[in-house]
Amino acid sequence: MRTLTEDQVEIGSSLPELSIELTPTAIVSTALATMDFTPVHHDVEGARAQGSKDIFLNILTTMGLVERYVTDWAGPEALVRGINVKLGVPAYAGDTLTFTGTVVGREAGEFTVEVRGRVSLGDHASGTVRFALPE
Amino acid sequence: MTLITDPTLHDRLMALAERQAAAGEVRGPAAADPVNVPMIRHWADAMGDANPLYTDAEAAAASVHGGIVAPPAMIQVWTMPGVNRRAGQRPTPVDEVLAMLDGNGYTGVVATNCEQTYHRYLRPGERPVPATRFAGLTGPKRTALGEGYFVTWNVTWYCEEEPVAEMLFRVLKFRPRTGRAASGTQDGRAREQEAGARRDSGAGEGPAGARPDSGAEEAPAGARPPYPLRPAVNEDTAFFWEGAARGELRIQKCADCGQLRHPPGPMCPSCRSAARTYAVASGQGEVYSYVVHHHPPVPGRQAPFVVAVVELPEGVRIVGNVVDCPPSEVGIGMPLRVTYRQMDDELVLPMWIPRES
Repeated sequence: MRTLTEDQVEIGSSLPELSIELTPTAIVSTALATMDFTPVHHDVEGARAQGSKDIFLNILTTMGLVERYVTDWAGPEALVRGINVKLGVPAYAGDTLTFTGTVVGREAGEFTVEVRGRVSLGDHASGTVRFALPE
Repeated sequence: MTLITDPTLHDRLMALAERQAAAGEVRGPAAADPVNVPMIRHWADAMGDANPLYTDAEAAAASVHGGIVAPPAMIQVWTMPGVNRRAGQRPTPVDEVLAMLDGNGYTGVVATNCEQTYHRYLRPGERPVPATRFAGLTGPKRTALGEGYFVTWNVTWYCEEEPVAEMLFRVLKFRPRTGRAASGTQDGRAREQEAGARRDSGAGEGPAGARPDSGAEEAPAGARPPYPLRPAVNEDTAFFWEGAARGELRIQKCADCGQLRHPPGPMCPSCRSAARTYAVASGQGEVYSYVVHHHPPVPGRQAPFVVAVVELPEGVRIVGNVVDCPPSEVGIGMPLRVTYRQMDDELVLPMWIPRES
């Protein structure tokens, strides 16, 4: 795994798409790995009782996946400085979460990538990730 | 159908928000476990994140970090409360605001923004401490989910005294449109999860497109736009606005000497008693004085319009608009009767129309 160098990152270029199958195992394992034990992330009956159609992804996982999406592309030594996410529709078990991204800015050695994570209902998360690349 | 539950609520909310913001940063308990490789490995596995610098000591040692680091997006994970959520938790400045909203029908919650800034990467052995600061309350706003308030707070994580990461978190607390409220909870500590948990509560039952993403911050098509001018509602004046919402013109009355007074105030100018009640006026009056407003433009109003001082037979004067009558026909002594105009889904204003004498 190589990390990109600054001259390899072009404003306007697109990141490769990443699709994640949201199996019940994916929803539950990420909820527990982020220490989030709210029933709607692991208990189908509990989720339905609250008006949701199924268990769904928790926010800490959304942040983690957005981060992973950018570092998968930029490389292991990319230094993530910030993630700003606007939260949208729930990402339910059984759906597919597809990330797309575009490099939109570079300022003082810091790059900004615009990221969208879509599910069948619409945008689950949209926002930006800021990162720097090692010298 | 207007839904005015408590005209003092907005002011009370804003006063509470101001107090909570003034309380500044409140520290919570330190991470139960220091940053550690087993939890990082578990997280990276679940996320499908193959970055070796999080788990492979050799690769990490040869990297820019010189050793294993935690994924930045794990920052909140370290200070999550665990299965037994209440154990060892302390109240944050956000709890009371959310509780007041819950207690007044704003039971729905949807997280709208999560913004994290990472000052540096954490290493195994470090034990971050979260500190929560109440950042703001805005509303009431009309949203696709229902009327609501946006509540914003900040968390800063410290290692020793060094801030290592920050988060802005915003939720919309809304009155579910369908009347089926999401279940409330007193556990404000776990709000971020609940926000996720109830992200679609209300949304799934709303009209098509009324999903949190389709514009928590935009009014749905066809909804009445909010009237931009809001009366100042406080303890002294709440009774008046409650009356207006019910189609009553209420005039403050001294509970001791019985004298009527308007505008409302805390003390009787006649006997200096602070005890007060109100009387319901007949709704008749006449123009004592007036102006025709042409300029400057007033938001939500179309000039010219008439602002009159109306003298009531009960003996007080009250300011209000004269409507349903060309300004040129308004004159001193003109007989009027009160009417109630629904300015938007929330606000009712008493106004005046000509009365056959």
